[in-house]
Amino acid sequence: MKKMLNTLFVNQSDAYLALDGGNIVVKKEDEILGRVPLHNLEGIVTFGYTGASPALMGYCAENNVPLTFMTKNGRFLARVIGESKGNVVLRKTQYRHSDCEIQSSRLARNFILGKVYNQKWMLERTTRDYPMRIDVARFKETSQYFSRKLIEIQECEDLERLRGLEGKVAVHYNQLFDDMILQQKEDFMFKGRSRRPPLDRVNAMLSFAYSLLARDTGAALEAVGLDAYVGFLHRERPGRISLALDLMEELRGIYADRFVLSLINMKVIQAKHFIQKENGAVLMTEEGRKVFLSSWQKKKQEMIQHPYLKEKMMWGLVPYAQALLLARHLRGDLEEYPTFLYK
Amino acid sequence: MDYKQDDSYLLLSGIQHFQFCPRQWALIHIEQQWEENSRTVEGQHVHKKADDSSAREKRKDKLIVRGMAIKSETLNISGQCDVVEFVEDSAGVSLYGNPSLYRPIPVEYKRGKPKVGREDELQLAAQAICLEEMFLCQITEGYLYYNETKHRHLVLLSDALKQEVRAIVTKMNSYYHRRYTPKVKTGPHCKSCSLQNICLPELMVRESVSEYMERRLRE
Repeated sequence: MKKMLNTLFVNQSDAYLALDGGNIVVKKEDEILGRVPLHNLEGIVTFGYTGASPALMGYCAENNVPLTFMTKNGRFLARVIGESKGNVVLRKTQYRHSDCEIQSSRLARNFILGKVYNQKWMLERTTRDYPMRIDVARFKETSQYFSRKLIEIQECEDLERLRGLEGKVAVHYNQLFDDMILQQKEDFMFKGRSRRPPLDRVNAMLSFAYSLLARDTGAALEAVGLDAYVGFLHRERPGRISLALDLMEELRGIYADRFVLSLINMKVIQAKHFIQKENGAVLMTEEGRKVFLSSWQKKKQEMIQHPYLKEKMMWGLVPYAQALLLARHLRGDLEEYPTFLYK
Repeated sequence: MDYKQDDSYLLLSGIQHFQFCPRQWALIHIEQQWEENSRTVEGQHVHKKADDSSAREKRKDKLIVRGMAIKSETLNISGQCDVVEFVEDSAGVSLYGNPSLYRPIPVEYKRGKPKVGREDELQLAAQAICLEEMFLCQITEGYLYYNETKHRHLVLLSDALKQEVRAIVTKMNSYYHRRYTPKVKTGPHCKSCSLQNICLPELMVRESVSEYMERRLRE
C-alpha cells in the first residue's frame, strides 16, 4: 500500500498560506507562524478566510497535494486540485455505470451493506465492552434487526428501495446512538441528526467528522483516477462530491461516529470546547477544533487489518484502499466491489 | 482518408514496459497511471544529461545528435533517441547540407548496469527501425550505455530482433486500440514494479469478492 503522509491543518482563521521554495509558510499579518516542507504533506486543509497565495496553489496543483478551504466552522468550501489524471477510460466506465440503474444499484447495495454491517458490529462491540452500562437486550434486538435487513439489502436491486431500507435502519441506529454515549451525559446527548446548522454538541462534531471524512475519500478517489462528483447511490448535483459520499457510507459509523463517541467517552472533548450562537447553532471553539483535529490525525495512524486485502495498514489509508478497489472493480479486474466490512 | 493525428503514435519507450509486464504498460500508456519511485527518478536524471544539449556536435568523422525525435509509420510509434551518431561511411546515406555520407547509429542511455532481460535491446532495435524509415537505410548496430558501468555495449541489430520488435508493437497497438488492460501472472518481478500500489498484483490471487462478502456477512 502507498505511504501515508501528513495532512497539515491550519486552524487559525486569520492565517495566510504562502510558498517559499519547497515549503509552505503560515503567516499571520507579517509574522511567520510556521514553515513545513511540502514533500512531507499529502494534503492541506485550512479553516482560514485570508486564503493562500497563487504560487502555493500552483505548487499544490502540480504536485498533487490537495489544498482544501473550509469555513472556520468546518464546512467545505473549495479545493484546489491540479489537472485531473488522464484516465479517461476509467472515468467513462464510471459514467456508464452511473447511468445504468442496475449497475448503480449493485454498487449502492454494497455501500449500504457496508454501512449497516459496520454499524451492526459497533452495536455488538458496545454490548461486549459495556454489558453493565447499557440495555443489552435492546442492543441485541436491534443487531438482529440489522442482520435481517442485511439479507434484504443483499437481495435488493432497486435504488429507491435501497434508500428506503437504509432509512429504516438509520432510525434504529440513531435511537441507540445516544445509549453509546456513556460519559458526560449531561453535556452530550443525541436526539437525532441536525445539520445546517448543527443544534447540539454531538451534531457539531458529527458534521465536522463527516466533512473531514468526505475530504479524505474525495482525495482518495481522485488519486486513483475516479471522478469524485459522479456517484451511484448519491445522484449528481452541482458541486456535490457524490461518489465520495457513496464511498463514505461504509465508513461513517465505524470511522467517524466511533471517533466522535470515543472523544466524548474518553473525555478528550468537553463542553467548554463549544459555543452556542444566537440562532441555536453549536460551534466548536478554536481550542476544541485543535483537540479534535489532533485526535483525528492520531486516529488515522492507528493500524488495522484490512478485511479483504488482509494487509496491515493505517486507518487513514482505508479510504484510499477502498477507492483503489472500486477502480479495480470498474476496470473489470474484480467482479464486484469489496466493501470494507469491519468487525 | 486515413486521418492520423500526431498523438496517436504509441510511445516507443513503452516497449520496455510492455516487455517487463504488459499490464504495467497498459496501466501507464492506456490508463495513464504513473507513480514515481527511486528507479524512475534516477532514470530521469541519467536522461537529463543525455538529452540536454540538443545542438549537434562534430567530432572527427562523427556527427553527434542528442535528443532526436524519431517515429515509425509502419509501427505507429514515436519517441526520442538519446544519441544518434552519424559516422562517415562511403556506404552510408547523404544528409542535407553535408558533403559526406553517413551511417546512423543509435545510442541509448540507461541507468544501472546491463540487465538480464532483453528490453533494452528491443528498445534500441525499435529506434533503429524508426531511423531506417526516416533515413531510408539499413541499421545493423547500436550501443547501450550504462550509467553504473560507464561503458557502452555494442548491440547487433539482426533481422530476427527487429522482427520480434514488430510482433511486440503490433500487440501493443491492438491492446491500445481496444483500450485493453490485460491481467497477467504475478511473479517476483512485481516487487520491482513502480506501479505495485496501483496494480495490486495480490488481487489476482485473492479469494473472490463474492466469497469474501458472503463469508463476512454470514459471520
